Amino acid sequence: MTEATVTGGERVAAAFAAARDEGRAALMPYMVGGFPDARTSAAIAGAYAESGADLVELGIPFSDPLADGPVIHAAATRALAAGATLDSVLAIGERIASAVPVVPMVYANMILARGPGRFAQLLVEAGAAAAIVPDLPLDEAGEIGAELHAVGIPLVPLVAPTTPAERRREICRRAEGFVYVVSDTRVTGERDELPDGLAELVGAVRGEAPVPAAVGFGIGTPDQAAAVGRIADGVIVGTRLVRAVAEADGGDAAVGAVGGFIHAARASMAEAGRAVG
Amino acid sequence: MAAVGERAVEGRFGPYGGRYVPEVLVPALDQLSVAWAEARDDPEFRGRLDELLRDFVGRPTPLYRAERLGHLLGRRIYLKREDLAHTGAHKINNAVGQALLACRMGKRRVIAETGAGQHGVAVATACALLGLECVVYMGVEDMRRQAPNVERMRLLGAALAPVEAGAQTLKEAVSAAIRDWVTNVRTTHYIIGSAVGPAPYPALVRDLQRVIGDEAREQALAAEGTLPARVIACVGGGSNAIGTFYAFIEDRGVELIGVEAGGEGLDGRHGASLVAGRPGVLHGALSSVLADDQGQILEAHSISAGLDYPGVGPEHAQLRDSGRARYEAVTDADALRAFRELARLEGILPALEPSHAIAWLLNSAEASAQAAASAEGYDLVCLSGRGDKDLAEALAALGDLDD
Repeated sequence: MTEATVTGGERVAAAFAAARDEGRAALMPYMVGGFPDARTSAAIAGAYAESGADLVELGIPFSDPLADGPVIHAAATRALAAGATLDSVLAIGERIASAVPVVPMVYANMILARGPGRFAQLLVEAGAAAAIVPDLPLDEAGEIGAELHAVGIPLVPLVAPTTPAERRREICRRAEGFVYVVSDTRVTGERDELPDGLAELVGAVRGEAPVPAAVGFGIGTPDQAAAVGRIADGVIVGTRLVRAVAEADGGDAAVGAVGGFIHAARASMAEAGRAVG
Repeated sequence: MAAVGERAVEGRFGPYGGRYVPEVLVPALDQLSVAWAEARDDPEFRGRLDELLRDFVGRPTPLYRAERLGHLLGRRIYLKREDLAHTGAHKINNAVGQALLACRMGKRRVIAETGAGQHGVAVATACALLGLECVVYMGVEDMRRQAPNVERMRLLGAALAPVEAGAQTLKEAVSAAIRDWVTNVRTTHYIIGSAVGPAPYPALVRDLQRVIGDEAREQALAAEGTLPARVIACVGGGSNAIGTFYAFIEDRGVELIGVEAGGEGLDGRHGASLVAGRPGVLHGALSSVLADDQGQILEAHSISAGLDYPGVGPEHAQLRDSGRARYEAVTDADALRAFRELARLEGILPALEPSHAIAWLLNSAEASAQAAASAEGYDLVCLSGRGDKDLAEALAALGDLDD
């Protein structure tokens, strides 16, 4: 089967299924595209794919990232200063897209600037498998959701602990790709322990959505990734990896650090196995 | 959009507005919409708010006929004196109303952003009045420029949260406040300072600021027997302007003019989001924004910290598109001259924000000396705040201007 006949949604589903068949949750590390510079960022993407990422969440730098914490905001600012654009970051994703499904994370204003139809085409051309728009709740998805749907790229919905049950059911019922479960009401950043109520929330989403449930926001250690992986279909690691790049002494050290973390997280997740079917 | 009864709180203004926010905030915005739809029709809430506006804020503020300015311009000019409201600007109308709403919703922690510090001072004041915990986000650069207001907020018991991201001004402070709200949404109410942000904020802030126009319309009719020919207000986020315009929107004969920050001129750095912006999303709403081709938000510039913002309230974008209001820009230099002119002619030190509205009047009279003098009727200008906060900045800039 050639790639052209496979939709993004199918690639996402296959990645989750393959992990499940191995008795573990899927691991989806996040990166800020173009951070700290284009060349290092491309090497980091390669390290993600080689170290065991099942999917890669590719952050497109935006000037005013409301849903992200200070670490990711600072990384985005630096990437923009280094010349990152939607096109240059999608090109980084394209280099690993045949190895692993790439899920760009883009703020709404950048999509509107291109036009939703043109944006959907750019994702197709870059081989992207799904998209996350963190400031586009269900009620506003409208044209952007429709254009992505038309090209087979799922617009991944988010569910938060504050989301009322009725609204959550509606979001889950319509979900494509996977459901991104925000593990805490805090913005992205690392936490010491898993929040109360997470297992119940993930359980509800898994029961209500026709697609897998991945948990993100605040996973900072391989052990935490393993603990979340026991109850969820996917584990998203973001700030921890961006911080590793920010603190690394040079590009090679950054690549080594993120690769090492992803390798360790995946091993812990495989060892911990799953508590849910 | 969640709302109750017949008077739902608007979420959209034509294509503009909406709620472009992380999912975690949507339930809080729904709750706020419902709470406001109920509160604004509740006689008890209304009564308590009116009492505070009268006895604490000092409303109604006067409508003052500026004789010497009028003589210079060759027309009758009235100033709506929001500079005489408690804490020295219209911001207090919104701060007291939303703080009261926070109490009604059972939220005892309040956060706010501030640029010039006027909104921060107003919120800190309202929180002191009502016994609420208060945290104000402020860019480090603005804290430097507006040191007296920083001290004022601290004296009022507020905690200052310095924001070091980006240009360290208002845009970053709003982002930081929204982040805090995402984190603490269950216990915290966010009092946004202008008619911007996700729904229901633009409508909520307008509802709380419409007292300006409601009073002014009545006062103007009492003074002149007819409605003004033109109503003029400065526009940053646009809360004093929408508050002033709202009472006159159905009065089709009244021209509504919003004056934006032209900064160094529209070819250089400025804050004219309506005159020179494009459709886009900033801080949770679709409106007219300053952004590049990639959709990255640009840094605004204005001599006035309160107009130094790359977005604007969505209702203004709709009023612009429909032609009901028109928007023009005035440069830093013209605003500074108007600042000095009003002080000398009327004994009023205006804030640099409404100095833009005064400057527009001076410019338009200059551009059409004959037409302005002979045009029918009179003008009403919202003098949204007093200029004490701007003295250091304005004196230094005037010095440069005169050199």
